[in-house]
Amino acid sequence: MPAEPAAHGAHAAGPGEAAAVPARGSGSDRGPQRLAQAALKDLPWEVGVAKPDPAIVVDGVTRTFGGLTAVSVDHLEIQRGGITGLIGPNGAGKTTLFNLLTGFDQPNTGTWSYDGRSLGKLSPHQVARLGVVRTFQLTKALSRLTVMQNMLLGAQQQRGENFLSALLPGTWRKQEAANTEKAMDLLRRFKLDAKKDDFAGILSGGQRKLLEMARALMSDPQVVMLDEPMAGVNPALTQSLLGHVKNLREEGMTVIFVEHDMDVVRDISDWVVVMAAGKVIAEGPPESISQNRAVVDAYLGAHHDAPLTVEEEDRVLAEASAAIARDEGTDADVLSSDRPNPERTDR
Amino acid sequence: MSDLLNAFAIAGKAFFGFQAIFFALLAIGINIHFGYTGLLNFGQIAFAMLGGFGIAISVSQWGLPFWVGVVVGVAAAVALALLLGLPTLRLRADYLAIVTIATSEGLRLVFRSVSATPVTGGTRGLAAFNGDFMDLAPWDTQHRYRILGTTWSGGELWVALIGWVLVILFSLLTWQLMRSPWGRVVKAIREDEDAVRALGKNVYAYKMQSLVLGGVIGAFGGMVYAVSTGSAIPDQYQSANTFLAYAALILGGAARVLGPVLGSMILLFLLQFADTGLRALISNGVIPEGLLSSTDVAQIRFVLVGLGLMLLLVFRPQGIFGDRREVMLDAR
Amino acid sequence: MALATVVPGVAGAAGEKLVGTLQTSRSGPIAGVGITVETADGDEVDSVETDENGRFSVDLPGPGQYTISLDADALPDTVKLGSGGDTRTVTVDPGRSQPVNFGLSDGSANSGGGTIRAVQLFVDGLRFGLLIAVCAIGLSLIFGTTGLVNFAHGELVSIGAIIAWYINVRAGVPLIPATIIAMVVGAAVGALNERGIWRPLRRRGTGLVAALVVSIGLSLLLRYLIQIVYGGFSNPYGDYQSQRAVSYGAFSLTNRSLFSIIISVIVLVLVAVMLQRTRIGKAMRAVSDNRDLAASSGIDVNRVILVVWMMGGALATLGGVLLGLSDQVQWDMGFRLLLLMFAGVTLGGLGTAYGALVGSVIVGVFVQMSTLVIPDDMKYVGGLLLLIVILIIRPQGILGSRARIG
Repeated sequence: MPAEPAAHGAHAAGPGEAAAVPARGSGSDRGPQRLAQAALKDLPWEVGVAKPDPAIVVDGVTRTFGGLTAVSVDHLEIQRGGITGLIGPNGAGKTTLFNLLTGFDQPNTGTWSYDGRSLGKLSPHQVARLGVVRTFQLTKALSRLTVMQNMLLGAQQQRGENFLSALLPGTWRKQEAANTEKAMDLLRRFKLDAKKDDFAGILSGGQRKLLEMARALMSDPQVVMLDEPMAGVNPALTQSLLGHVKNLREEGMTVIFVEHDMDVVRDISDWVVVMAAGKVIAEGPPESISQNRAVVDAYLGAHHDAPLTVEEEDRVLAEASAAIARDEGTDADVLSSDRPNPERTDR
Repeated sequence: MSDLLNAFAIAGKAFFGFQAIFFALLAIGINIHFGYTGLLNFGQIAFAMLGGFGIAISVSQWGLPFWVGVVVGVAAAVALALLLGLPTLRLRADYLAIVTIATSEGLRLVFRSVSATPVTGGTRGLAAFNGDFMDLAPWDTQHRYRILGTTWSGGELWVALIGWVLVILFSLLTWQLMRSPWGRVVKAIREDEDAVRALGKNVYAYKMQSLVLGGVIGAFGGMVYAVSTGSAIPDQYQSANTFLAYAALILGGAARVLGPVLGSMILLFLLQFADTGLRALISNGVIPEGLLSSTDVAQIRFVLVGLGLMLLLVFRPQGIFGDRREVMLDAR
Repeated sequence: MALATVVPGVAGAAGEKLVGTLQTSRSGPIAGVGITVETADGDEVDSVETDENGRFSVDLPGPGQYTISLDADALPDTVKLGSGGDTRTVTVDPGRSQPVNFGLSDGSANSGGGTIRAVQLFVDGLRFGLLIAVCAIGLSLIFGTTGLVNFAHGELVSIGAIIAWYINVRAGVPLIPATIIAMVVGAAVGALNERGIWRPLRRRGTGLVAALVVSIGLSLLLRYLIQIVYGGFSNPYGDYQSQRAVSYGAFSLTNRSLFSIIISVIVLVLVAVMLQRTRIGKAMRAVSDNRDLAASSGIDVNRVILVVWMMGGALATLGGVLLGLSDQVQWDMGFRLLLLMFAGVTLGGLGTAYGALVGSVIVGVFVQMSTLVIPDDMKYVGGLLLLIVILIIRPQGILGSRARIG
């Protein structure tokens, strides 16, 4: 059982807490986690194992960039109400898998579903409306909007977002006030309430990560997908962020997150999925991972406890894709972006 | 000295004249596209051309009433926005820039071509379509009025009045939209559209709405221009006008409701002042004929606009009235 | 220009005229063609016929805007009107003798006896497309290495062509050495662009969109400066003007067109070899592939970008001279070509050098061959339509790849 972070207890007395976080208390606090952990406890530690209550099911999804296979997942199920950690060396296809699941990228083959509903043909906003929200590896705070405006953007089904209703403030004032209320509660939880009228662009990296997560929660999501929520966050904020991630589970959400730091993964996940070269090479509870030979070979050998910087990651990727290009004899005779380079990080 | 005063008075007229209205309407549209939504529309003048020719063709070629012409112009602008947006709004911003400028040049070439002459009047364009509009004026449009040392015809005053009413209406519309949740989504798209997608907003639909709205406002600009000059000639609608409107917008401050309006007024004032002033200086012999002839003055203005546009963006990207703080955050 | 037309000129200055000459290299001067001049309001000023030297001159009542039209039926059968059609609208400044150019073509395309129109247009399009490619490679490489969409690239073309014209016509240097000198100057102009404007702006952290608008300002500034210095006329180069088309069976070409194709191909091959084989070429590709990575592996990115600008400037100059050879030298020739360059570069995939090549050739051929079905004065419209259609089918361009998200 991971240690309760200090930040978690500290804000328990915040106003509006009870409404925003149902069923919190010392007794029921660990309930959902126990449920997920208990449900996953007896599963065999093998790739593609069926979960008792899967929220997301992935089948035969492949995505290739040029000649390079970025993702090739035969079968993967994500347990509802649990925290699933997605780990793997750089270039393993974790972010690409996120992009596919959330409609930001289209696969070459395969199907995947959420709650039995196929997501294959949906665009990103349609996926989000179903309750599957994501954050990005490089934080996408909307710089020239205030923190509060960022938050309000997360609310769903706003009447005032319709062009014609926007012209009639009467139709959306009440809803806007309710959303503002909700946003304030969340901001207090994430300790950003003092910054609500600042431009998001002046927040620190860690605060942006917090804002992005809080903004995602404005939509009352069922599934939260976090792409490296701890990357670039200073250690002081890490504990608080971890606490928030655990809270999501306790509120009944399904959490999938990509992370490099094994300590963090061990700390909070109920189940860990390991990817390498686009494939799922192992899955199981956190303690099983360090015993898994394939994982040790593929991942833990090189960069165990030193998360790579973006630049390092780029270099590794470029070397890898250059090597692949050499192997295939297609040595970049074309310029620039047409080189297969799937894991190139956005600017 | 009297030359200078005279230049000032003529420039003062430009401050309120139909050209200021024309550029203000173009720039209000561009402000919605570029200032708020982040769409790089470099074909705004095409919307204006469709607006102007919508009236001109409907009235003088098809014999329809003036107001039907206005509707035709708006409908044409909406259609153009949809046609431009469909292929490009899913792509990176620079694609829209290239496609829109290409379309505006292409449309102008079509309108001035020999094959289009039966409809558009070709390079000569169309005339005599603003009678209905002028008849509505509550005063004599032929009479000349002197106001503050400048002479205005009744027609000019009438067009200016209606034009400024339009400018005010569209400014109010922008103001209301941009303080609503709709405006919030649109501004968020300018910052990072993927983030907005991930929050469940149909980014494509918002961009399209923005493109249509700004385009229609641009079409009204073209109508004001055509009605005011009494003629619609394809070559009046050169791409340089789009860039002048951009200059006006950036001068006044992008993403501010009144930025495009003030920017257009100031730009027109400065252009006219430079023009009249330079001509006066040349005819007085202050500037020797060998250095600059009066025929060069028209070109000098564009040189100045280009230079001003560059200097503004480099040294004062927030415009005269903008907030430096906001622009500093612009990492694009 | 809308602005120019509304500001009334100083009335009463004497001697405004419209003058011009109707002739083509093949037919010589064309006499007896009716010319009609009307005011902007449609009142006829005068009607004249061209004299035995093909010249006409019409006295005007004053400065202002005039429409001049030509009786196309009176032209010889072999002579066709250019893309501007049979009317011109001109603004005459006070005291000015305003030249009017109808852009006649002598139909050399159809005159070789055995030529097939489609083949002839294809070859013309190939020449035009290769010329666009020569101009556009710099545009594409600049975009690739710096991310800048340079709207002032057309002015590099104009400046190059006009410098070559001054050296050739005014200083009397033969065109080939004149072109080489102009290319050196063009490279310097490119370097000046980079050192004077774009490098300082990059250092200031100016965003790409802001930089794009700056390039528009620069384009306006340069274009109208050129017009002030060079004037609004079109002038031919001093050499290679009176050439006859040589028949090659299905098509015919003047020698200058043939050499235009040959020179373009040689230059493009040299550029390709440089990109593939030389250190600097590989560095260019590395920088456009990933600038930070290239910098971290020891490439001097600023130096590479400087070389790209110099190369772009020299190539734009060469393209400008080739364009001036076929269409005469004009102050806004580069700006008019700019849209086709953009079309080509976008078609091929923004930022890829070979994409620019393929895209430009396709645009050139398409523009020329589209005149099989659409009127000559709308041929550029066809090229722009092609661009839009390709963007719908394959947004990343022919050789481009999709960007990654997240």
